[in-house]
Amino acid sequence: MEIDPFIFRLSIFILSIFIGYYVVWSVTPSLHTPLMSVTNAISSVIIVGAIIASLAGDSETIFNAANIFGFLAIVLAAVNIFGGFLVTQRMLAMYKKKKKIK
Amino acid sequence: MSPNLLAIFYLISGILFILALRGLSSPETSRQGNLFGIIGMAIAIIVTFIAAGNFSTGFLYLLIFLLIGGSLGAFIAFRIPMTAMPELVAGFHSLVGLAAVFVAISAFLNPEVFNLGSVGNIKIASLIEMSLGASIGAITFSGSIIAFLKLRGIMSGNPITFKGQHYLNLLLVLSIIVLIFYLCKIQSDNFFWLIIVISFLLGFLLIIPIGGADMPVVISMLNSYSGWAAAGIGFTLENTALIITGALVGSSGAILSYIMCKGMNRSFFSVILGGFGGTDQSSSGESKEQKPVKSGNADDAAFLMKNASSVIIVPGYGMAVAQAQHALREMVDVLKKNGVKVSYAIHPVAGRMPGHMNVLLAEANVPYDEVFELEEINNDFANCDVAYVIGANDVTNPAAKSDPKSPIYGMPILDVEKSKSVLFVKRSLSPGYAGIDNDLFYRENTLMLFADAKKMTETITKNL
Repeated sequence: MEIDPFIFRLSIFILSIFIGYYVVWSVTPSLHTPLMSVTNAISSVIIVGAIIASLAGDSETIFNAANIFGFLAIVLAAVNIFGGFLVTQRMLAMYKKKKKIK
Repeated sequence: MSPNLLAIFYLISGILFILALRGLSSPETSRQGNLFGIIGMAIAIIVTFIAAGNFSTGFLYLLIFLLIGGSLGAFIAFRIPMTAMPELVAGFHSLVGLAAVFVAISAFLNPEVFNLGSVGNIKIASLIEMSLGASIGAITFSGSIIAFLKLRGIMSGNPITFKGQHYLNLLLVLSIIVLIFYLCKIQSDNFFWLIIVISFLLGFLLIIPIGGADMPVVISMLNSYSGWAAAGIGFTLENTALIITGALVGSSGAILSYIMCKGMNRSFFSVILGGFGGTDQSSSGESKEQKPVKSGNADDAAFLMKNASSVIIVPGYGMAVAQAQHALREMVDVLKKNGVKVSYAIHPVAGRMPGHMNVLLAEANVPYDEVFELEEINNDFANCDVAYVIGANDVTNPAAKSDPKSPIYGMPILDVEKSKSVLFVKRSLSPGYAGIDNDLFYRENTLMLFADAKKMTETITKNL
Protein backbone atom coordinates (compact mmCIF):
# COMPACT_ATOMS: atom_id res chain seq x y z
CA MET A 1 0.00 0.00 0.00
CA GLU A 2 1.22 3.46 -0.87
CA ILE A 3 1.74 6.13 1.71
CA ASP A 4 -0.80 8.93 1.62
CA PRO A 5 0.89 12.23 0.60
CA PHE A 6 -0.80 13.74 3.63
CA ILE A 7 1.65 11.82 5.80
CA PHE A 8 4.57 13.50 4.02
CA ARG A 9 3.07 16.90 4.64
CA LEU A 10 2.44 15.99 8.23
CA SER A 11 6.10 14.97 8.56
CA ILE A 12 7.21 18.32 7.13
CA PHE A 13 4.88 20.05 9.55
CA ILE A 14 6.09 18.18 12.64
CA LEU A 15 9.76 18.56 11.73
CA SER A 16 9.24 22.27 11.09
CA ILE A 17 7.76 22.64 14.55
CA PHE A 18 10.97 21.18 15.94
CA ILE A 19 13.09 23.48 13.79
CA GLY A 20 10.97 26.41 14.95
CA TYR A 21 11.40 25.34 18.55
CA TYR A 22 15.19 25.32 18.42
CA VAL A 23 15.54 28.35 16.19
CA VAL A 24 13.26 30.52 18.27
CA TRP A 25 14.91 29.57 21.56
CA SER A 26 18.17 30.88 20.15
CA VAL A 27 16.65 34.27 19.33
CA THR A 28 18.06 36.85 21.71
CA PRO A 29 15.37 38.31 24.01
CA SER A 30 16.18 41.85 22.94
CA LEU A 31 14.97 40.97 19.43
CA HIS A 32 11.64 39.48 20.48
CA THR A 33 9.66 42.37 19.05
CA PRO A 34 11.27 42.11 15.60
CA LEU A 35 10.72 38.36 15.86
CA MET A 36 7.01 38.93 16.18
CA SER A 37 6.85 41.37 13.30
CA VAL A 38 8.90 39.15 11.00
CA THR A 39 6.87 36.03 11.82
CA ASN A 40 3.88 38.15 10.98
CA ALA A 41 5.33 39.00 7.61
CA ILE A 42 6.30 35.45 6.71
CA SER A 43 2.98 33.94 7.75
CA SER A 44 1.49 36.14 5.06
CA VAL A 45 2.94 33.71 2.54
CA ILE A 46 -0.71 32.64 2.69
CA ILE A 47 -0.92 35.12 -0.19
CA VAL A 48 -0.01 32.24 -2.54
CA GLY A 49 -3.43 30.73 -1.80
CA ALA A 50 -5.05 34.06 -2.47
CA ILE A 51 -3.22 34.41 -5.80
CA ILE A 52 -4.37 30.99 -6.96
CA ALA A 53 -7.94 31.74 -5.89
CA SER A 54 -8.12 35.13 -7.55
CA LEU A 55 -6.57 34.03 -10.86
CA ALA A 56 -8.93 31.08 -11.23
CA GLY A 57 -11.04 30.96 -14.37
CA ASP A 58 -11.07 33.50 -17.17
CA SER A 59 -11.98 37.18 -17.39
CA GLU A 60 -15.69 36.38 -17.04
CA THR A 61 -15.33 34.68 -13.70
CA ILE A 62 -13.00 37.13 -11.99
CA PHE A 63 -15.88 38.66 -10.11
CA ASN A 64 -17.15 35.37 -8.76
CA ALA A 65 -17.40 35.20 -4.99
CA ALA A 66 -14.41 32.85 -4.72
CA ASN A 67 -12.21 35.23 -6.74
CA ILE A 68 -13.36 38.26 -4.81
CA PHE A 69 -12.42 36.64 -1.51
CA GLY A 70 -9.07 35.90 -3.12
CA PHE A 71 -8.59 39.56 -4.02
CA LEU A 72 -9.54 40.67 -0.52
CA ALA A 73 -7.07 38.21 0.95
CA ILE A 74 -4.39 39.61 -1.36
CA VAL A 75 -4.92 43.12 -0.04
CA LEU A 76 -4.72 41.96 3.58
CA ALA A 77 -1.69 39.75 3.03
CA ALA A 78 0.06 42.48 1.03
CA VAL A 79 -0.38 44.97 3.88
CA ASN A 80 1.22 42.42 6.15
CA ILE A 81 4.07 41.43 3.87
CA PHE A 82 5.19 44.97 3.10
CA GLY A 83 4.31 46.35 6.51
CA GLY A 84 5.86 43.43 8.38
CA PHE A 85 9.17 43.27 6.55
CA LEU A 86 9.64 47.04 6.39
CA VAL A 87 8.84 47.66 10.03
CA THR A 88 11.21 44.84 10.98
CA GLN A 89 13.88 46.40 8.81
CA ARG A 90 13.26 49.74 10.47
CA MET A 91 13.56 48.26 13.94
CA LEU A 92 16.65 46.20 13.20
CA ALA A 93 18.39 49.23 11.74
CA MET A 94 18.17 50.86 15.15
CA TYR A 95 20.08 48.17 17.03
CA LYS A 96 23.60 49.50 17.28
CA LYS A 97 26.67 48.52 19.19
CA LYS A 98 28.58 50.83 21.45
CA LYS A 99 30.83 53.12 19.48
CA LYS A 100 34.49 52.30 20.00
CA ILE A 101 35.60 55.92 19.86
CA LYS A 102 36.03 57.73 23.20
CA MET B 1 6.02 24.94 -14.47
CA SER B 2 5.80 21.35 -13.31
CA PRO B 3 4.26 20.77 -9.88
CA ASN B 4 7.47 19.15 -8.70
CA LEU B 5 9.60 22.15 -9.61
CA LEU B 6 7.01 24.39 -7.99
CA ALA B 7 7.18 22.34 -4.80
CA ILE B 8 10.97 22.70 -4.76
CA PHE B 9 10.69 26.47 -5.02
CA TYR B 10 8.23 26.50 -2.13
CA LEU B 11 10.66 24.40 -0.14
CA ILE B 12 13.40 26.94 -0.86
CA SER B 13 11.28 29.79 0.38
CA GLY B 14 10.44 27.75 3.47
CA ILE B 15 14.16 27.32 4.14
CA LEU B 16 14.76 31.04 3.63
CA PHE B 17 12.10 31.75 6.24
CA ILE B 18 13.88 29.47 8.68
CA LEU B 19 17.08 31.42 8.02
CA ALA B 20 15.19 34.67 8.58
CA LEU B 21 14.34 33.59 12.10
CA ARG B 22 17.80 32.14 12.63
CA GLY B 23 19.30 35.54 11.84
CA LEU B 24 17.55 37.03 14.85
CA SER B 25 19.89 35.19 17.21
CA SER B 26 22.06 38.31 17.20
CA PRO B 27 21.54 41.90 16.09
CA GLU B 28 24.49 41.67 13.67
CA THR B 29 22.98 38.85 11.63
CA SER B 30 19.39 40.01 11.98
CA ARG B 31 19.33 42.41 9.05
CA GLN B 32 20.66 39.72 6.74
CA GLY B 33 18.00 37.38 8.13
CA ASN B 34 15.27 39.84 7.26
CA LEU B 35 16.63 39.99 3.72
CA PHE B 36 16.40 36.19 3.48
CA GLY B 37 12.78 36.47 4.55
CA ILE B 38 12.06 39.02 1.83
CA ILE B 39 13.75 36.88 -0.84
CA GLY B 40 11.80 33.83 0.33
CA MET B 41 8.55 35.74 0.05
CA ALA B 42 9.44 37.08 -3.40
CA ILE B 43 10.24 33.58 -4.65
CA ALA B 44 6.96 32.18 -3.33
CA ILE B 45 4.92 34.94 -4.95
CA ILE B 46 6.70 34.91 -8.32
CA VAL B 47 6.60 31.15 -8.81
CA THR B 48 2.91 31.15 -7.93
CA PHE B 49 2.30 33.73 -10.65
CA ILE B 50 4.26 31.71 -13.19
CA ALA B 51 2.55 28.47 -12.22
CA ALA B 52 -0.90 30.05 -12.50
CA GLY B 53 0.18 31.22 -15.96
CA ASN B 54 -2.88 33.38 -16.28
CA PHE B 55 -1.94 36.89 -17.25
CA SER B 56 -5.41 38.03 -18.30
CA THR B 57 -7.60 40.76 -16.83
CA GLY B 58 -7.58 39.02 -13.48
CA PHE B 59 -3.83 39.45 -13.26
CA LEU B 60 -4.16 43.18 -13.75
CA TYR B 61 -6.68 43.43 -10.93
CA LEU B 62 -4.42 41.30 -8.79
CA LEU B 63 -1.51 43.66 -9.32
CA ILE B 64 -3.70 46.62 -8.43
CA PHE B 65 -4.82 44.97 -5.19
CA LEU B 66 -1.27 43.96 -4.41
CA LEU B 67 -0.16 47.52 -4.94
CA ILE B 68 -2.93 48.95 -2.75
CA GLY B 69 -2.16 46.56 0.08
CA GLY B 70 1.57 46.94 -0.32
CA SER B 71 1.61 50.71 -0.29
CA LEU B 72 -0.75 50.78 2.67
CA GLY B 73 1.57 48.40 4.53
CA ALA B 74 4.67 50.38 3.60
CA PHE B 75 3.00 53.63 4.63
CA ILE B 76 2.10 52.20 8.04
CA ALA B 77 5.56 50.69 8.50
CA PHE B 78 7.31 54.03 7.95
CA ARG B 79 4.89 56.17 9.90
CA ILE B 80 4.24 54.10 12.99
CA PRO B 81 5.97 55.36 16.16
CA MET B 82 7.98 52.70 17.97
CA THR B 83 5.85 53.08 21.09
CA ALA B 84 2.86 51.86 19.10
CA MET B 85 4.56 48.62 18.11
CA PRO B 86 2.37 46.35 20.30
CA GLU B 87 -0.85 47.51 18.72
CA LEU B 88 0.70 47.39 15.26
CA VAL B 89 1.66 43.75 15.75
CA ALA B 90 -1.81 42.97 17.09
CA GLY B 91 -3.30 44.67 14.06
CA PHE B 92 -1.09 42.70 11.69
CA HIS B 93 -2.10 39.46 13.39
CA SER B 94 -5.72 40.25 12.77
CA LEU B 95 -4.97 40.70 9.05
CA VAL B 96 -3.22 37.33 8.80
CA GLY B 97 -6.21 35.74 10.54
CA LEU B 98 -8.72 37.34 8.22
CA ALA B 99 -6.64 36.50 5.13
CA ALA B 100 -6.64 32.87 6.25
CA VAL B 101 -10.43 32.98 6.59
CA PHE B 102 -10.81 34.50 3.11
CA VAL B 103 -8.51 31.96 1.46
CA ALA B 104 -10.41 29.15 3.18
CA ILE B 105 -13.69 30.59 1.90
CA SER B 106 -12.39 30.79 -1.67
CA ALA B 107 -11.15 27.22 -1.44
CA PHE B 108 -14.54 26.14 -0.15
CA LEU B 109 -16.45 27.98 -2.89
CA ASN B 110 -14.16 26.97 -5.73
CA PRO B 111 -12.44 23.71 -4.72
CA GLU B 112 -11.60 22.70 -8.31
CA VAL B 113 -8.85 25.30 -8.58
CA PHE B 114 -7.03 23.80 -5.63
CA ASN B 115 -7.65 20.18 -6.69
CA LEU B 116 -9.77 19.48 -3.65
CA GLY B 117 -12.72 17.89 -5.43
CA SER B 118 -15.86 19.70 -6.54
CA VAL B 119 -18.47 21.82 -4.79
CA GLY B 120 -20.52 19.63 -2.48
CA ASN B 121 -18.00 16.85 -2.90
CA ILE B 122 -14.79 18.14 -1.32
CA LYS B 123 -12.28 15.66 0.07
CA ILE B 124 -12.96 15.01 3.75
CA ALA B 125 -9.34 15.68 4.77
CA SER B 126 -9.37 19.02 2.92
CA LEU B 127 -12.64 19.98 4.54
CA ILE B 128 -11.24 19.36 8.01
CA GLU B 129 -8.05 21.26 7.17
CA MET B 130 -9.80 24.26 5.67
CA SER B 131 -12.39 24.52 8.42
CA LEU B 132 -9.68 24.32 11.06
CA GLY B 133 -7.69 26.97 9.18
CA ALA B 134 -10.75 29.18 8.83
CA SER B 135 -11.76 28.69 12.44
CA ILE B 136 -8.33 29.44 13.93
CA GLY B 137 -7.99 32.33 11.49
CA ALA B 138 -11.30 33.79 12.61
CA ILE B 139 -10.35 33.42 16.29
CA THR B 140 -7.04 35.16 15.54
CA PHE B 141 -8.85 37.95 13.74
CA SER B 142 -11.45 38.89 16.34
CA GLY B 143 -9.08 38.19 19.25
CA SER B 144 -6.43 40.47 17.74
CA ILE B 145 -8.98 43.20 17.14
CA ILE B 146 -9.83 43.17 20.85
CA ALA B 147 -6.13 43.11 21.76
CA PHE B 148 -5.56 46.02 19.38
CA LEU B 149 -8.41 48.06 20.91
CA LYS B 150 -7.15 47.38 24.43
CA LEU B 151 -3.55 48.27 23.58
CA ARG B 152 -4.58 51.39 21.71
CA GLY B 153 -6.61 52.47 24.73
CA ILE B 154 -9.85 52.65 22.74
CA MET B 155 -11.17 49.88 24.94
CA SER B 156 -10.44 49.78 28.65
CA GLY B 157 -7.63 47.43 29.62
CA ASN B 158 -9.70 46.12 32.51
CA PRO B 159 -10.73 42.52 32.19
CA ILE B 160 -14.37 41.98 31.33
CA THR B 161 -15.72 38.94 33.10
CA PHE B 162 -19.15 37.47 33.62
CA LYS B 163 -20.58 34.35 35.15
CA GLY B 164 -20.31 31.15 33.16
CA GLN B 165 -17.84 32.74 30.74
CA HIS B 166 -15.55 29.73 30.58
CA TYR B 167 -18.46 27.32 30.11
CA LEU B 168 -19.74 29.45 27.27
CA ASN B 169 -16.33 29.36 25.60
CA LEU B 170 -16.11 25.61 26.08
CA LEU B 171 -19.57 25.24 24.58
CA LEU B 172 -18.50 27.29 21.55
CA VAL B 173 -15.38 25.14 21.04
CA LEU B 174 -17.45 21.97 21.23
CA SER B 175 -20.02 23.34 18.81
CA ILE B 176 -17.25 24.18 16.32
CA ILE B 177 -16.04 20.57 16.52
CA VAL B 178 -19.57 19.20 16.06
CA LEU B 179 -20.15 21.54 13.11
CA ILE B 180 -16.93 20.43 11.42
CA PHE B 181 -18.09 16.85 11.85
CA TYR B 182 -21.45 17.60 10.21
CA LEU B 183 -19.81 19.67 7.51
CA CYS B 184 -17.82 16.60 6.50
CA LYS B 185 -20.95 14.49 6.49
CA ILE B 186 -23.38 16.76 4.66
CA GLN B 187 -21.15 19.45 3.08
CA SER B 188 -23.77 22.13 3.48
CA ASP B 189 -22.55 25.75 3.12
CA ASN B 190 -24.47 26.76 6.20
CA PHE B 191 -22.29 24.68 8.48
CA PHE B 192 -19.18 26.29 7.05
CA TRP B 193 -20.49 29.84 7.54
CA LEU B 194 -21.65 28.96 11.04
CA ILE B 195 -18.19 27.65 11.95
CA ILE B 196 -16.68 30.97 10.90
CA VAL B 197 -19.25 33.06 12.76
CA ILE B 198 -18.89 31.07 15.97
CA SER B 199 -15.11 31.31 15.72
CA PHE B 200 -15.29 35.09 15.39
CA LEU B 201 -17.41 35.15 18.53
CA LEU B 202 -15.05 32.82 20.34
CA GLY B 203 -11.98 34.94 19.56
CA PHE B 204 -13.79 37.99 20.92
CA LEU B 205 -14.86 36.20 24.11
CA LEU B 206 -11.43 34.68 24.67
CA ILE B 207 -9.63 38.01 24.83
CA ILE B 208 -12.07 40.33 26.62
CA PRO B 209 -11.40 38.81 30.09
CA ILE B 210 -7.65 39.35 29.80
CA GLY B 211 -6.26 42.48 31.41
CA GLY B 212 -3.87 45.07 30.00
CA ALA B 213 -0.62 43.88 31.51
CA ASP B 214 -1.21 40.30 30.40
CA MET B 215 -1.05 41.60 26.83
CA PRO B 216 2.49 40.27 26.25
CA VAL B 217 1.08 36.77 26.64
CA VAL B 218 -1.98 37.52 24.53
CA ILE B 219 0.00 38.97 21.64
CA SER B 220 2.39 36.02 21.64
CA MET B 221 -0.53 33.64 21.81
CA LEU B 222 -2.29 35.28 18.87
CA ASN B 223 1.02 35.19 17.02
CA SER B 224 1.01 31.45 17.56
CA TYR B 225 -2.62 31.11 16.44
CA SER B 226 -1.95 32.99 13.23
CA GLY B 227 0.77 30.43 12.52
CA TRP B 228 -1.49 27.46 13.12
CA ALA B 229 -4.14 29.02 10.90
CA ALA B 230 -1.58 29.44 8.12
CA ALA B 231 -0.48 25.83 8.57
CA GLY B 232 -4.10 24.64 8.34
CA ILE B 233 -4.48 26.48 5.04
CA GLY B 234 -1.09 25.11 3.96
CA PHE B 235 -2.39 21.57 4.38
CA THR B 236 -5.50 22.43 2.38
CA LEU B 237 -3.51 23.94 -0.46
CA GLU B 238 -0.83 21.26 -0.16
CA ASN B 239 1.77 24.00 -0.05
CA THR B 240 5.09 23.26 1.65
CA ALA B 241 6.10 26.90 2.14
CA LEU B 242 2.88 27.57 3.99
CA ILE B 243 3.15 24.44 6.14
CA ILE B 244 6.75 25.18 7.13
CA THR B 245 5.97 28.83 7.86
CA GLY B 246 2.86 27.98 9.82
CA ALA B 247 4.80 25.55 11.99
CA LEU B 248 7.61 28.07 12.55
CA VAL B 249 5.29 30.91 13.47
CA GLY B 250 3.11 28.64 15.58
CA SER B 251 5.99 27.38 17.66
CA SER B 252 7.56 30.84 17.84
CA GLY B 253 4.41 32.33 19.33
CA ALA B 254 4.05 29.41 21.71
CA ILE B 255 7.60 29.82 23.00
CA LEU B 256 7.14 33.55 23.47
CA SER B 257 3.93 32.93 25.42
CA TYR B 258 5.80 30.47 27.59
CA ILE B 259 8.63 32.95 28.25
CA MET B 260 6.13 35.67 29.13
CA CYS B 261 4.19 33.40 31.49
CA LYS B 262 7.39 32.39 33.20
CA GLY B 263 8.32 36.06 33.56
CA MET B 264 5.13 36.53 35.56
CA ASN B 265 5.27 33.15 37.28
CA ARG B 266 1.77 32.38 36.08
CA SER B 267 0.47 29.36 34.33
CA PHE B 268 -0.64 29.76 30.76
CA PHE B 269 -4.15 28.72 31.74
CA SER B 270 -4.53 31.31 34.46
CA VAL B 271 -3.66 34.00 31.91
CA ILE B 272 -6.05 32.60 29.30
CA LEU B 273 -8.87 32.31 31.80
CA GLY B 274 -8.20 35.95 32.56
CA GLY B 275 -9.71 38.25 35.13
CA PHE B 276 -6.35 39.04 36.77
CA GLY B 277 -5.88 42.54 38.14
CA GLY B 278 -9.58 43.27 38.07
CA THR B 279 -11.49 45.61 40.34
CA ASP B 280 -12.31 42.77 42.73
CA GLN B 281 -8.73 42.85 43.88
CA SER B 282 -8.97 46.40 45.15
CA SER B 283 -10.35 44.97 48.40
CA SER B 284 -6.77 44.80 49.64
CA GLY B 285 -6.75 48.59 49.44
CA GLU B 286 -8.87 49.09 52.54
CA SER B 287 -5.97 48.49 54.90
CA LYS B 288 -4.24 51.51 53.45
CA GLU B 289 -2.35 52.99 56.31
CA GLN B 290 -0.36 56.13 55.87
CA LYS B 291 3.22 55.07 55.62
CA PRO B 292 5.95 57.65 55.42
CA VAL B 293 7.31 58.22 51.96
CA LYS B 294 10.39 60.17 51.07
CA SER B 295 9.78 62.23 48.03
CA GLY B 296 12.38 64.28 46.29
CA ASN B 297 12.87 66.57 43.34
CA ALA B 298 15.07 66.54 40.29
CA ASP B 299 17.82 68.32 42.17
CA ASP B 300 18.17 65.55 44.73
CA ALA B 301 18.09 62.93 42.02
CA ALA B 302 20.74 64.68 39.99
CA PHE B 303 22.96 65.01 43.05
CA LEU B 304 22.61 61.31 43.89
CA MET B 305 23.38 60.16 40.39
CA LYS B 306 26.26 62.53 39.80
CA ASN B 307 28.02 61.19 42.86
CA ALA B 308 27.32 57.55 42.03
CA SER B 309 29.87 55.36 40.36
CA SER B 310 27.32 53.03 38.84
CA VAL B 311 23.67 53.48 37.89
CA ILE B 312 21.21 50.85 36.66
CA ILE B 313 18.14 52.00 34.80
CA VAL B 314 14.96 49.95 35.05
CA PRO B 315 12.46 50.97 32.37
CA GLY B 316 8.86 49.85 32.29
CA TYR B 317 5.63 50.47 30.48
CA GLY B 318 5.41 53.96 31.98
CA MET B 319 8.48 54.96 29.98
CA ALA B 320 6.71 53.94 26.79
CA VAL B 321 3.57 55.86 27.75
CA ALA B 322 5.53 59.01 28.54
CA GLN B 323 7.77 58.53 25.44
CA ALA B 324 10.69 59.15 27.75
CA GLN B 325 13.28 56.98 26.01
CA HIS B 326 15.05 59.85 24.22
CA ALA B 327 15.12 62.03 27.33
CA LEU B 328 16.49 59.06 29.21
CA ARG B 329 19.31 58.55 26.74
CA GLU B 330 20.26 62.22 26.98
CA MET B 331 20.41 61.94 30.76
CA VAL B 332 22.60 58.85 30.48
CA ASP B 333 24.91 60.66 28.05
CA VAL B 334 25.53 63.38 30.63
CA LEU B 335 26.07 60.79 33.35
CA LYS B 336 28.57 58.92 31.22
CA LYS B 337 30.45 62.12 30.58
CA ASN B 338 30.75 62.44 34.34
CA GLY B 339 32.31 58.99 34.50
CA VAL B 340 29.27 57.15 35.82
CA LYS B 341 28.86 53.57 34.66
CA VAL B 342 25.32 53.12 33.34
CA SER B 343 23.50 49.97 32.29
CA TYR B 344 19.88 49.07 31.63
CA ALA B 345 17.96 46.19 33.19
CA ILE B 346 14.98 44.76 31.33
CA HIS B 347 12.44 42.48 32.92
CA PRO B 348 11.00 39.87 30.53
CA VAL B 349 7.47 41.25 30.86
CA ALA B 350 8.30 44.95 30.98
CA GLY B 351 6.04 46.74 28.55
CA ARG B 352 3.19 45.38 26.53
CA MET B 353 4.91 42.89 24.28
CA PRO B 354 8.05 40.73 24.29
CA GLY B 355 11.11 42.90 23.70
CA HIS B 356 9.10 46.14 23.83
CA MET B 357 11.63 48.02 26.00
CA ASN B 358 14.59 46.89 23.91
CA VAL B 359 13.09 48.36 20.77
CA LEU B 360 12.35 51.68 22.45
CA LEU B 361 15.88 51.93 23.83
CA ALA B 362 17.30 50.99 20.46
CA GLU B 363 15.18 53.74 18.93
CA ALA B 364 16.76 56.21 21.33
CA ASN B 365 20.22 55.08 20.14
CA VAL B 366 21.06 53.14 23.26
CA PRO B 367 23.70 50.57 22.22
CA TYR B 368 22.28 47.09 22.70
CA ASP B 369 25.33 45.89 24.60
CA GLU B 370 24.43 48.22 27.46
CA VAL B 371 21.01 46.60 27.81
CA PHE B 372 20.79 43.48 29.92
CA GLU B 373 18.19 40.82 30.67
CA LEU B 374 17.10 39.93 34.16
CA GLU B 375 19.43 36.96 34.70
CA GLU B 376 22.43 38.81 33.35
CA ILE B 377 22.18 41.86 35.55
CA ASN B 378 20.30 40.89 38.69
CA ASN B 379 23.44 40.29 40.74
CA ASP B 380 24.80 43.72 39.86
CA PHE B 381 22.14 45.58 41.83
CA ALA B 382 23.97 44.74 45.06
CA ASN B 383 27.02 46.69 43.85
CA CYS B 384 25.18 49.56 42.26
CA ASP B 385 24.79 52.99 43.82
CA VAL B 386 21.57 54.17 42.24
CA ALA B 387 18.73 52.27 40.58
CA TYR B 388 16.65 54.59 38.45
CA VAL B 389 13.22 53.01 38.04
CA ILE B 390 11.31 54.72 35.29
CA GLY B 391 7.76 53.57 34.67
CA ALA B 392 8.19 50.11 36.16
CA ASN B 393 6.55 48.93 39.35
CA ASP B 394 5.42 45.35 39.90
CA VAL B 395 8.59 43.90 38.39
CA THR B 396 10.58 45.46 41.24
CA ASN B 397 8.22 44.55 44.08
CA PRO B 398 10.08 42.60 46.78
CA ALA B 399 6.74 41.13 47.91
CA ALA B 400 7.18 38.66 45.05
CA LYS B 401 9.94 37.09 47.11
CA SER B 402 8.88 37.66 50.69
CA ASP B 403 5.10 37.58 50.85
CA PRO B 404 3.53 34.22 49.92
CA LYS B 405 0.08 35.83 50.07
CA SER B 406 0.89 38.38 47.40
CA PRO B 407 -0.72 37.76 44.01
CA ILE B 408 2.65 38.14 42.36
CA TYR B 409 4.47 35.82 44.79
CA GLY B 410 7.08 33.76 42.98
CA MET B 411 7.40 36.11 40.04
CA PRO B 412 11.04 36.75 39.19
CA ILE B 413 11.82 40.37 40.00
CA LEU B 414 14.68 42.77 39.45
CA ASP B 415 16.50 43.10 42.78
CA VAL B 416 16.26 46.88 42.78
CA GLU B 417 15.97 46.85 46.59
CA LYS B 418 19.58 45.73 46.91
CA SER B 419 21.05 48.85 45.38
CA LYS B 420 22.28 51.60 47.72
CA SER B 421 19.53 53.99 46.77
CA VAL B 422 16.48 53.74 44.57
CA LEU B 423 14.94 56.53 42.54
CA PHE B 424 11.35 55.87 41.57
CA VAL B 425 9.90 58.05 38.83
CA LYS B 426 6.16 57.72 39.10
CA ARG B 427 3.10 59.93 38.79
CA SER B 428 1.61 58.89 42.13
CA LEU B 429 1.75 56.22 44.79
CA SER B 430 -0.98 54.26 43.06
CA PRO B 431 -0.38 50.54 42.91
CA GLY B 432 0.70 48.93 39.67
CA TYR B 433 -1.22 46.65 37.43
CA ALA B 434 -1.43 43.76 39.88
CA GLY B 435 -3.30 46.08 42.23
CA ILE B 436 -0.82 45.65 45.05
CA ASP B 437 1.25 48.06 47.02
CA ASN B 438 4.97 48.16 46.43
CA ASP B 439 6.94 47.92 49.66
CA LEU B 440 9.85 49.56 48.00
CA PHE B 441 8.13 52.96 48.03
CA TYR B 442 8.44 53.15 51.80
CA ARG B 443 12.02 52.02 52.20
CA GLU B 444 14.62 54.17 53.86
CA ASN B 445 16.82 54.27 50.76
CA THR B 446 14.04 55.03 48.29
CA LEU B 447 13.40 58.47 46.92
CA MET B 448 10.11 58.97 45.09
CA LEU B 449 10.09 61.40 42.21
CA PHE B 450 6.48 62.25 41.56
CA ALA B 451 6.25 63.52 38.01
CA ASP B 452 5.80 62.60 34.40
CA ALA B 453 8.67 60.30 33.45
CA LYS B 454 9.79 62.41 30.52
CA LYS B 455 9.62 65.78 32.26
CA MET B 456 11.40 64.47 35.35
CA THR B 457 14.18 62.93 33.29
CA GLU B 458 14.63 66.15 31.33
CA THR B 459 14.79 68.23 34.50
CA ILE B 460 17.35 65.89 36.02
CA THR B 461 19.49 66.26 32.93
CA LYS B 462 19.39 70.04 33.30
CA ASN B 463 20.46 69.75 36.94
CA LEU B 464 23.34 67.42 36.29
